Amino acid sequence: MTVLRCEIVPVRSQQDVVAVRQSVRSLAVAQGLSLVDQTKVVTAASELARNTLDHGGGGTARLEAVIDNGRTGLRLTFEDRGPGIKDVDLALTDGFTTGNGLGLGLGGAKRLSNEFDLWSRAGEGTRVTITRWR
Amino acid sequence: MERIPILRMGQFLIVSIQVDMHDRLALTLQSDLATRISETGARGVLLDISSLEIVDSFIGRMISNIAGTSRVLDAETVVVGIQPAVAITLVELGLSLPGVRTALNVEKGMAMLRHATGFDGHDAAPGSTPLSESSDDSAAV
Repeated sequence: MTVLRCEIVPVRSQQDVVAVRQSVRSLAVAQGLSLVDQTKVVTAASELARNTLDHGGGGTARLEAVIDNGRTGLRLTFEDRGPGIKDVDLALTDGFTTGNGLGLGLGGAKRLSNEFDLWSRAGEGTRVTITRWR
Repeated sequence: MERIPILRMGQFLIVSIQVDMHDRLALTLQSDLATRISETGARGVLLDISSLEIVDSFIGRMISNIAGTSRVLDAETVVVGIQPAVAITLVELGLSLPGVRTALNVEKGMAMLRHATGFDGHDAAPGSTPLSESSDDSAAV
């Protein structure tokens, strides 16, 4: 996989979450994703950026335009140094929430992506990477 | 403080979300609407989200909460203008907005509100103008 473009944006406030959505949208348009796929990846990014802010205490989003064997796509990595996720399987279960949301964020983001990778360690932080191909 | 305007039209309140909302703004709208319904005795709320390019779980929850709160305050809510790509994404996300009435556009949404409340949307006296003739197309959407 080759990275064509990379942008790292902070996720420290609710306004940053909005900015992440807008940056992901521009990148998705530039990568030629369909409107439905743009909407899916922007929605997934919104869920993950909110998690980074609310559960991770803030962090960063790395937004990358990638190409792999002629396929173009977007790879988004959300990283924080927060408390980490105690039980990853549980966190991915629909309806499970430690906050005051619907508990659809993580599982929903996974469903809206082609590839999903979650790394987390208690006390160290969380990193979620999603990829959406054109 | 940044706010989303709430317009009054007779017995109904109309909200059109034209900005990419951050979470606090969505919460403010929720409480502003509850206050306005209570102050005005409005019988219906039309929520136009045709400008929203995404609805994530937070905004989805806001929509459900608005519909739920309105119902408790004796007002009906109709959400109009959901973009097709947003609808597809919402369902895949796991949100189907149960208990929320939807209509394709403002016109159909207003017809639905009039039908649901028995008001024509103008300042009619309560109990008057029941829409007994409302066997038209949009009422069944």
